[in-house]
Amino acid sequence: MSKPSDLVQGTLDMLILKILALGSLNGWAIGQRLKQISSDVLQVSDGSLYPALHKLEQQGWISAQWKSSANNRRSRFYSVTRLGRKQLEKEADDWTRLSAAISAIVKLEEV
Amino acid sequence: MAIQQWFYALPFRLRSLFSRKELDQELKDELRDHLELQIEENLARGMSAEDARSSALRALGGLTQTEEQCRDARGVNTIQNFSQDLRYGLRQLRRSPGFSALAILCLTLGIGANAAVFSWVEGILVRPYPLVSHQERLAAVAGTVGDERDEMSWPDLLDLQRSCTLCETLFLSSITGATLSIGEHAEVATGSIVSANYFDAIGVHPILGRGFEAGEDTGRNAHPVVVISYHLWQTRFKGDSEIIGKTQHFDNVAHTIIGVAPEWFYGTFVGRSMEFWVPASMAEVFGGKLEDRGARWAEAYVRLKPGVTRNQAQEEISAIAARLQAEYPATNRGRGIKLWPLWQTPFNHAGELLPIFEIMVVVAMFVLLIVCANVSNLLLVRTFARRQEMTVRLAIGAGRGRLLRQLITEGLLLSACGAAGGMLVAYWCRHALVLLFRVRGGKALYLPGQIDGRVLGLSAAICLVVTLAVGLVPAFQTRHLALAETLKTEASAVMGGRGRAWFRSSLVVFQVSLSFILLVGATLLMQSMHKIRSTSPGFSAPRVLDTSIPLAAAGYAAPRARTFQDELIQRVRTLPGVEAAAYARVVPLGYQNYSSTPIAFDGYEPQPNEQPTAEYNEVGPDYFATMGIPLISGREFTRVDDENAPRVAIVNQTMVARYWRGQTPIGQRLQVKGNWVQVVGVAKDSKYYSMDETPRPFFYVPLRQYFAVEPDIHIRTTLPVQAMVAALTREVRALDPGLALYDTIALQEQVDRAISAQLVAVTLVAILGGLALLLASIGLYGLMSYTVSRSSRELGLRMALGAGASKILRMVISRGLALTSGGALLGSLAALALNRSLAGYLYNVSPRDPLAFASGFAVMMFMALTSCLLPAWRATHTDPARALRE
Repeated sequence: MSKPSDLVQGTLDMLILKILALGSLNGWAIGQRLKQISSDVLQVSDGSLYPALHKLEQQGWISAQWKSSANNRRSRFYSVTRLGRKQLEKEADDWTRLSAAISAIVKLEEV
Repeated sequence: MAIQQWFYALPFRLRSLFSRKELDQELKDELRDHLELQIEENLARGMSAEDARSSALRALGGLTQTEEQCRDARGVNTIQNFSQDLRYGLRQLRRSPGFSALAILCLTLGIGANAAVFSWVEGILVRPYPLVSHQERLAAVAGTVGDERDEMSWPDLLDLQRSCTLCETLFLSSITGATLSIGEHAEVATGSIVSANYFDAIGVHPILGRGFEAGEDTGRNAHPVVVISYHLWQTRFKGDSEIIGKTQHFDNVAHTIIGVAPEWFYGTFVGRSMEFWVPASMAEVFGGKLEDRGARWAEAYVRLKPGVTRNQAQEEISAIAARLQAEYPATNRGRGIKLWPLWQTPFNHAGELLPIFEIMVVVAMFVLLIVCANVSNLLLVRTFARRQEMTVRLAIGAGRGRLLRQLITEGLLLSACGAAGGMLVAYWCRHALVLLFRVRGGKALYLPGQIDGRVLGLSAAICLVVTLAVGLVPAFQTRHLALAETLKTEASAVMGGRGRAWFRSSLVVFQVSLSFILLVGATLLMQSMHKIRSTSPGFSAPRVLDTSIPLAAAGYAAPRARTFQDELIQRVRTLPGVEAAAYARVVPLGYQNYSSTPIAFDGYEPQPNEQPTAEYNEVGPDYFATMGIPLISGREFTRVDDENAPRVAIVNQTMVARYWRGQTPIGQRLQVKGNWVQVVGVAKDSKYYSMDETPRPFFYVPLRQYFAVEPDIHIRTTLPVQAMVAALTREVRALDPGLALYDTIALQEQVDRAISAQLVAVTLVAILGGLALLLASIGLYGLMSYTVSRSSRELGLRMALGAGASKILRMVISRGLALTSGGALLGSLAALALNRSLAGYLYNVSPRDPLAFASGFAVMMFMALTSCLLPAWRATHTDPARALRE
């Protein structure tokens, strides 16, 4: 499975969970939202988005349902499960700790 | 994965597994939906229709790849790959049916042999009693005198029951026999004398009526009640639903039938199925004694409390036995009580079957190993033939892991077929042991194997091990596949060349050495068997017939029985063809117990904790002449030795050596059951219980002075059995038309039965040894024909250069013989190393017996020669021109 090279490994899962935590969306919309929120900094190819979604579903963190959207087309909508929310909290914590540590290191004055 | 996560993931996974098509369709729909949305978006941005579409597709990175990645993410592919491998494997098996059949047959035999042996072990030794609960905590209880085992007395058992705190329960279960007369017909049934707690203790509940109630085992002859077996109920009483409360005579005493045992319950005795159960209070009717602490007839089991080991319980029980010794020195001096694990139960057939199973387990394992080596070898040949295919798969991008999985899947397929066949073999063999044991009157012992969860589990485990063994070997070989080289050309091998062939050769050597060990073992056992057979039992069995007449059941009391016995023996002695005839209460080497008594002598002071006891047989006049037991000195019993004459006895040599220090005892006194009797003769030692027993003190008393209503009659005759039975029946009917004969057997049959355990061991080892030999020869044949076909170029070259057919023949055969001698050499070393453990199973045969080794070697060489002949012959027919052109 190819991972987006410019994305820190494992963060894609967290991002998807975070986006879905705000409301259920279909795959296409998730991709759009990713680009939107990160102001196009994070380029996630559609090709890697879907395998990631299926893996998350497999792990029980998100679930999917076919629903009709506004213009009467049927799409597969994903939403976060209770387990997924827990996972999100955990990953977010980890991320905060890790990024704080890294930025602290980066900001060290060079002698 | 956490349980919680499973809760969410499981439905999804199950769907992935079972509704694959549906999910695939959903995936396609989802991606199409995505494309449509993206195309709309692109169109809205002002792209042309064509650009909008191709841009959307590009962004997705190829529809098929993305689909595939999604499937991978769902973990569906593992299962799909497996089913693909499985289908491919099946196709492979179908494509070479000869190979598949041979491999599966080998595995069936190997796994089947193991499954059968384990089902016997399970059904006969580990959990021998169907329906009985918690057998893992049961232990057999028996008395000991010094190192010898003895039965126990009922009062001792009751004391044990009261005092043993580590035992959950103790119950009596003594085998007995009784004559049942129903209408005109009389027959003998085997049953158990049990304590009142018996059915509750073993957790078996009668399907009709009730079990025994507390207190029904107390009071002499106070409770004539009986529980009958399902089988007896169905056959004798035609399944009468009103049976409860009816009376039935057992040994001429009316018993009320109070219960019918469940269908699959056979009692607690390895080797026989019980037909009835009576409470201990009725012991006297069935040969026991209720209140006499010195009368030892009882056999019992305890169930230990959970968590208590046998050793802990033994310590407590030994202390109780010591207390009993102190309290009752007259009867209990020198007597201990011992616990035995169920599989060594001394008072049924478990103990004598144990050594057979020990041998069988080892031998079956050997066969399995040989089978694995054989099938690995077969698979290797095939892998070699499939090198091209494997290489192509590697070249177009299959991972080595995937190839490995393919090979293991094929191995699993083979071993699963083998295991399925093996279970069938085990199922068919459940009752096979019975066929090997013949008992009096053609009645078989009851020795079923049991195929339960544990046997199935074990077979599955064997199947997995086999899979790994046979699957990994070729996988290990494909490791060396070099792409370019293999694709280019099929390299040709050289006779006796080194290279990779060493591995296959060593597999064959391994097989040969294992089968050599089995061969030597089988030969040694056969020699031992021969020794046992040619050992004299101390009496002359041929031409002696033995039967008895159910006088007790016919209501004969002692005086009438005496008259009948006298008249009958007079008539029998005058029959043409009869050389001698005599009565005796017990037939040697049978299941009946001899009477046993404490003994005392003039001039013999026993040690402080010694209580001399001996067993004896009650025999009539002419017994020694009839049986052919030589008298060393003194005289035989005669008609004069009746109830009015002074009591006399004849003792055996061992008794003389032990208690009279070899002095002649004739005229000396011997105390039997408190009465002094005079020794009038010394008989040669003979075998009493088993053929390989050590000599024991034993004596004989006149039947008339120690009367039994229903002794066996022994007849030495030149007539065949049928004619003798007819003549005897005529004489019996002449005296009393209402009487019939019990089964008649030749004494020789009894002797044969006594060695049947050894006979079974020899037969089974010989069968499996032959099987091993066959497998080894198949292995050698396979290797040799393979080598010949692979080195046809070299052979062709040699022939072109002038090598004659005989030279080629010699070359091939000598290579086969070299492998075989190597294997046989290794096998002999291993067999010599094993000899200590083998010695215990052999009777008067050295485990290093050179004859066994030599004959094993000869058979092995002959096998090698025959399996090399065909490949060698084929080698000489190599066409040089063609071989060189190819």
